[in-house]
Amino acid sequence: MNIHEYQGKEVLRQYGVAVPNGKVAFTVEEAVEAAKELGTDVCVVKAQIHAGGRGKAGGVKVAKNLEEVRTYAEEILGKTLVTHQTGPEGKEVKRLLIEEGCDIQKEYYVGLVLDRATSRVTLMASEEGGTEIEEVAEATPEKIFKEEIDPVVGLTAFQARRIAFNINIPTKLVNQAVKFMMGLYQAYVEKDCSIAEINPLVVTGDGKVMALDAKLNFDSNALYRRKDILEMRDLEEEDTKEIEASKYDLSYIALDGNIGCMVNGAGLAMSTMDIIKHYGGDPANFLDVGGGATAEKVTEAFKIILSDENVKGIFVNIFGGIMKCDVIATGVVEAAKQVGLEVPLVVRLEGTNVDLGKKILAESDVEIVAADSMADGAQKIVSLVG
Amino acid sequence: MSVFINKDTKVIVQGITGSTALFHTKQMLEYGTKIVGGVTPGKGGMEVEGVPVFNTVKEAVEATGATASVIYVPAPFAADSIMEATDAELDLAICITEHIPVLDMVKVKRYMEGKKTRLVGPNCPGVITADECKIGIMPGYIHKKGHVGVVSRSGTLTYEAVHQLSEAGIGQTTAVGIGGDPVNGTNFIDVLKEFNNDPETYAVIMIGEIGGTAEEEAAEWVKANMNKPVVGFIGGRTAPPGKRMGHAGAIISGGKGTADEKIRVMNECGIQVADTPSVMGETLIKVLKETDLYDKCKTH
Repeated sequence: MNIHEYQGKEVLRQYGVAVPNGKVAFTVEEAVEAAKELGTDVCVVKAQIHAGGRGKAGGVKVAKNLEEVRTYAEEILGKTLVTHQTGPEGKEVKRLLIEEGCDIQKEYYVGLVLDRATSRVTLMASEEGGTEIEEVAEATPEKIFKEEIDPVVGLTAFQARRIAFNINIPTKLVNQAVKFMMGLYQAYVEKDCSIAEINPLVVTGDGKVMALDAKLNFDSNALYRRKDILEMRDLEEEDTKEIEASKYDLSYIALDGNIGCMVNGAGLAMSTMDIIKHYGGDPANFLDVGGGATAEKVTEAFKIILSDENVKGIFVNIFGGIMKCDVIATGVVEAAKQVGLEVPLVVRLEGTNVDLGKKILAESDVEIVAADSMADGAQKIVSLVG
Repeated sequence: MSVFINKDTKVIVQGITGSTALFHTKQMLEYGTKIVGGVTPGKGGMEVEGVPVFNTVKEAVEATGATASVIYVPAPFAADSIMEATDAELDLAICITEHIPVLDMVKVKRYMEGKKTRLVGPNCPGVITADECKIGIMPGYIHKKGHVGVVSRSGTLTYEAVHQLSEAGIGQTTAVGIGGDPVNGTNFIDVLKEFNNDPETYAVIMIGEIGGTAEEEAAEWVKANMNKPVVGFIGGRTAPPGKRMGHAGAIISGGKGTADEKIRVMNECGIQVADTPSVMGETLIKVLKETDLYDKCKTH
């Protein structure tokens, strides 16, 4: 789960990680009020959306007085920002962060991520702040320093110090940087982050080490024990169909194509998208109904697929293990009745109770094209959608 | 022969009194798996499906002589269950549970360092040695005894591959689902090593998906060490970056973990990769014919 920058900074403050003073604003008036309260000569008006690249898209402006705060807030609120992470349709700005300006001497990068190869959380840092770490890794990999963290003892001071010296934090600020990194790690483990990225970390003219930006992502499997984080979820930043699907424990991701897919198992669901593409079609979604789906869940899954108006046909691909084919068949028939199916439907069933499943489909009034295999089904739906 | 499990493996079920565990305990018993006990704290002394229930894993192991465990415990408690199995010095712990917080698994991995227990999973379908022992949730009937090893990050894709093989008359030794999480126990290389040493396994199918670099590392290992043919498949060729495709581990991030890169490395390492999931079996058969193994692998 993602949260906004201003929320990320609130979390970091709880762990003693230095961040600039700032306030969130939902309206232009609130923005001006926030700037007044900050009382600094310069403040920054920052668009709050769940995507990076806001600066380049015109979502971050430096205001030298309250009038400029008003002008920029008016300009940015309600604007649709298109960045390399939003996709071409962009994202509408509904919240602003009004933050005190600071005198930046130098920008750095600090991040915590899980290293899958070692199964450890790893601290990464570079003195090439402000640019994306992937670009640094590509161009100058020698400028990235890493420390692998033992989960029993956590990040040690010597590791944080070594990183600080390696990325050339000014010597007199090394202790501040160490405190910063230790706090960041504490936040990472105590809030079950999946990524904690500070880009840039800055050293200021008045000798502070601060997080100018903060990107925190959280492990969705751990949200049950992080209620405070769950409260920060901004549903407006998420796809409505994905939200609806999550209510029914369905794993759904909206895509750009016109062939709706319903599959059991994540690997098979991904591969179903692949095979549709292979035969020249374009999947409208990823949808894993999971192992324990009921007929009702299958019906809901169908409705979600069909709520995407781009969908011109549906391919159901099931390999029953725990999932029984008759349950899927019952759900499909029920859904088709409820929603009045108007697009072609191809169904491939295999596995547990397959004969019973096929019988249910054959005996129903629903117009179903049966497929013998995944390839057969993919070819049929692609030709039917045209 | 087979890898990890066989007809003599004695198994306990952790979380046996839960509804999913009960259902699968029954299925495993029907398949012929030697389920000798179960564990649910507070329900020791009970009996379910003819199997005695114990309060702790240690007790269960002492009473039954089990060497393997299968874990169906809900996600918030599953990490603890894996550590309990490790503490009881079982040879094998297979964790079916999905949605375990990743930082819990980081701790579990650290806890297991230097200890004897092998973990398979979490978030996996389990392990099956055809006609001998089924530990997990896979449909047993699609598996036929034979000479092909299967290792996979995805459950239903494993079924797909096994089904294609069985339909074509190619039986299997053991199918191992290593699970779709970013932090798991047994990895591709661990399983490939076992298949390489197993005299009954003549060839291997390795099924991966987007995310991480486990397939690339496995491919390099195959190139350097494997003396049996390996074919592959990678799911998620068309998946968009930055989106978690169901499995916690299946995500392309920072330009890493793409299917194309994995396929490129696998090809370079001599692994033929099926173009689509529906030709995994065909691809293997083609390679078996090229290596004169087809007749030896044709079992039915």
